Amino acid sequence: MIFFWAFVIGGLICVIGQIMFDVFKLSPAHTLTTLVVLGAILDGFGLYEPLIDFAGAGATVPITSFGNNLVHGALEEAKQHGIIGVVTGMFEVTSSGISAAIIFGVIGALLFKPKG
Amino acid sequence: MSNNKKKNLPPQAQEYQSFQQEREVKRPVLKNCIKAFLVGGSICLIGQVITTFYIYYFNFTEQTAGNPTVATLIFLTMLLTGLGVYDRIGQFAGAGTAVPVTGFGNAVISAAIEHRTEGFILGVGSSMFKVAGPVIVYGVFSAFVVALIKTILIKWGGL
Repeated sequence: MIFFWAFVIGGLICVIGQIMFDVFKLSPAHTLTTLVVLGAILDGFGLYEPLIDFAGAGATVPITSFGNNLVHGALEEAKQHGIIGVVTGMFEVTSSGISAAIIFGVIGALLFKPKG
Repeated sequence: MSNNKKKNLPPQAQEYQSFQQEREVKRPVLKNCIKAFLVGGSICLIGQVITTFYIYYFNFTEQTAGNPTVATLIFLTMLLTGLGVYDRIGQFAGAGTAVPVTGFGNAVISAAIEHRTEGFILGVGSSMFKVAGPVIVYGVFSAFVVALIKTILIKWGGL
């Protein structure tokens, strides 16, 4: 069942992005930035965690989960070290997306030649 | 364009603006949304399959399996981007390929490949986050604000 909900919720988040493209005429960079901020705010209200439990990868794969993870790491660290943890804990949880993008970006640049 | 900006333009330019708006091709919003839904949903479905795989074979939990899943998806994106397939899917799917992390990966990796002719430090290194940079910058900043407010509320607001 989680496969079905992953498909539906993931698809719906992409539809929100498509509406921002087409109706509000935002560029991809603006859209992605807005979605990340949205994810961060949702986690601030504690709404993103239940969504992950409900839809699995449907909530972790879209870019909104990036904002969620950032807030999550910051809050975890803040529990232990107070206010200063908000700064130091930011990348605690979310490192994989950025590190994977950097690592595979460099490997990709080594392996492939630009086309066209 | 807002009316404020329009007032400052010469009359011919205003005329051209309204002419251009009239002639602009209407975007097939519904069709695009359906395409984005199907492709975006499929990417998340693949993600769910990978997540399940990590949970059963590498002892990750529901909560932690998201990280290796994202890394795996970005690895797949590297192959598809390098072979030139991702852009073709992207033209069909619009936001369906841009919104999942694979879109973030594609933005980084394609910038890295594109700028490799300018050298590995000034080309690949400095241009990699040209498109994806704002996402990280404002993601981190908004997360900081949200986490700060919440921490203050918990500590002194008795939430």
